[in-house]
Amino acid sequence: MSDTAKKKNVRWVEEPELGFWESTFVPAIMQGLKTTLKHVLDGNPVTQQFPEVKPELPLHYRGVHRLNRDEKDRVKCVACMMCATACPARCITIEAQAAPPEWPDRDKFPKSFVLDELRCIYCGMCEEACPVDAIELTHIYDLTGESRSDLMYDREKLLGVFDRTKNDPRDPVRTGRGRLGPASEFVQLPAVGPATNVPTSDRSAKSEAAGVIRTTGREGQQ
Amino acid sequence: MATVTINGKDVEIGSNERLNCIQAASKAGVEIPAYCWHPALSVVASCRMCLVEVGDKKPDGTVAMQPKLVPGCQTPVKDGTVIIADSQKVKDARKATLEYLLLNHPLDCPTCDQAGECYLQDYSFDYGRGYSRLNEPKNIKPDKDYIGDQITLFTDRCIMCTRCVRFTREVSGSAELQVVSRGSHEEIDIFPGHPVNNPLAGNVVDLCPVGALCSKDFLYQQRVWWLKSTNSVCQGCSTGCSVTVDQNEDRVYRLKPRHNELAQGHFMCDEGRFGWKYTHSEQRLTAPQTRSNGHAAPLSWEDLLVSVRSALQKAASGKQSLAAVLSPWMTVEEAWMLAVFMRSISPQAVLAVGPVRVEGSDQHFPQDLRGNVVEPVKFTIRAEKCPNRAGVQAVVAHFMNDPMPYEELLRLASSGQFSAVYLTGGDPQGWISELQAEAFSDVETVVLQDCLPSPVLQHATHILPSATFVERDGTVVNHRGLAQLIRRAVRGPDGSRPDSRILWELSGRSGLFQAEALRAEIAAAVPALANLTDPAIRTTGVLLGAPQPAAAQTT
Repeated sequence: MSDTAKKKNVRWVEEPELGFWESTFVPAIMQGLKTTLKHVLDGNPVTQQFPEVKPELPLHYRGVHRLNRDEKDRVKCVACMMCATACPARCITIEAQAAPPEWPDRDKFPKSFVLDELRCIYCGMCEEACPVDAIELTHIYDLTGESRSDLMYDREKLLGVFDRTKNDPRDPVRTGRGRLGPASEFVQLPAVGPATNVPTSDRSAKSEAAGVIRTTGREGQQ
Repeated sequence: MATVTINGKDVEIGSNERLNCIQAASKAGVEIPAYCWHPALSVVASCRMCLVEVGDKKPDGTVAMQPKLVPGCQTPVKDGTVIIADSQKVKDARKATLEYLLLNHPLDCPTCDQAGECYLQDYSFDYGRGYSRLNEPKNIKPDKDYIGDQITLFTDRCIMCTRCVRFTREVSGSAELQVVSRGSHEEIDIFPGHPVNNPLAGNVVDLCPVGALCSKDFLYQQRVWWLKSTNSVCQGCSTGCSVTVDQNEDRVYRLKPRHNELAQGHFMCDEGRFGWKYTHSEQRLTAPQTRSNGHAAPLSWEDLLVSVRSALQKAASGKQSLAAVLSPWMTVEEAWMLAVFMRSISPQAVLAVGPVRVEGSDQHFPQDLRGNVVEPVKFTIRAEKCPNRAGVQAVVAHFMNDPMPYEELLRLASSGQFSAVYLTGGDPQGWISELQAEAFSDVETVVLQDCLPSPVLQHATHILPSATFVERDGTVVNHRGLAQLIRRAVRGPDGSRPDSRILWELSGRSGLFQAEALRAEIAAAVPALANLTDPAIRTTGVLLGAPQPAAAQTT
């Protein structure tokens, strides 16, 4: 944009002069008191009596993480460290180890998995990055500890959260039963834009599975 | 000069250059993807990833293209060769090739160590399809945990490029690996009871373009995208292989060879590859201290350096002389600073090159199964197990026309000729025996600058904990006079300091240690090291003095 065009789009606004009444601030104070008084009298208190009354949080509230177990009760995590890579707060520390010979279907697993719940910003990126749905966020919001090290959740503690929440209908938050954001509402993923050109005669183009490129119409342009 | 046309772009190649299509295209800045082709190995053209259209420009200007696609790795270029690497035909061929390569590939990238530096990932992203059309179950072969002491094989990830097989046959010569079975049942395997334990075995892990061959030492330690690489030089022997030091959060995780024709070529030996472990040893000296009559007194670095200087000055005022042992593990810059410092305290100070550890004789590769060397030699592990004898010798020779042999210095020390000695170590395998250390038992002032404990520690009066090669900046000179830079990759343990910094502050220079400025100073003073200011030192290194005829083993 050129300088003249910039100037054209800018409207300069002058601060209005304070009159006599405005400079006493009495009308503004009255205005504020009116709002306060309205809330005092309408009999609809917003304050919740917290420990006695548990708050009703929205169903997409993201709380403490859990580390899932697979169907054989082993830790589901494969120690790929995608969560640690995706984490913007860098609160996940994983040490990987080769899986024991009793687990022929697994290559590696986390020898240690430490998540600093104090450092975490509960953005849910770890959950999104996880290729095996091993780390998930739960509805638990009231985590407490007596020291910082109490809130360094290790593998066993995170598996404990799973044991506590596995039958809770609210968990995990991402695929929870409640109403979530539009991204969670897909029954079927929309067709992804073509990564490569596929002839319409291609078997994959006829597939009904979500995410498969159906047709591109670019055939003739090649 | 021959002219080759790649994607409509002309590129000149030298008359002596014998290039294939991939190399010619890379000269023009065009990447032709390839898995099985490697510049240091023979051509098999088995992966079919480098298929290109090739034609000939006739003298009358017409171009005759060959009707079929040809593998670029196997097709030499000559004057008038036309390569088309971006046509739809070529793109479709690459797409189809990748689809075939991925048919039985498990796609376990999250748990694969190669993810992040994997050619299957890169080429699938650049040239492949975004999906698979395979509806049938994949043919999964069992992993082979023991291919060698350092190597594990994830058989299902293999794409049968046979780089590893060719490496063991052509470079190490030991030929442990081969392909067994046929078709989609093909597997890489070893002969029973003959694991890949040759001294160059670790290279097959680097050569593997996918995650099939993995190093047990590095397995699951880090994801590769977390590693930060620093160019450096291996310290294992006087070949001085160019390497990269891969580290994360001040911990070294691996050394990888860096291609440098002047130094070693493409590879490195296992001794060097795994020879950095001492940098994180629990034994590392970390306490700067003085000792008198066996009583150690910890001292701050500032006080210690003052104490060292005054002890040496006091010793220099006596009748006996001063001596310094310049370890061949020092860099040229450090050796120079120590020599200048000792001579500034006492102009008659004796300088000697420290002990050069020699183990056996040079090992040349390839070696056949009887241990005979097969010509041409492609890799050499040298018997001289120190990185910088040539560089330190050049510095000492500048100060003393007749450098004192180390044994002579030991003899003089035990006979009480010296009032103070400055010892530098650095050899992780130990550089001094109990008996030799006795020579310094009666010397009044023994300054020891070393990173690991040694027998001479008990006789030392001043202990300066120093750094290993991954914690220092400097120059090392290999057996054929190639000066290369080592660079600081990690911070050393608390309490230790890089040798360069110790000597910089000891000699009273102001500011921070700067290798570059020091190199200029050395190059101006020592004619034998005048090439140190050549900017090429930052990449391939520079050959000092008259370049010797390049030996066959460095090709």
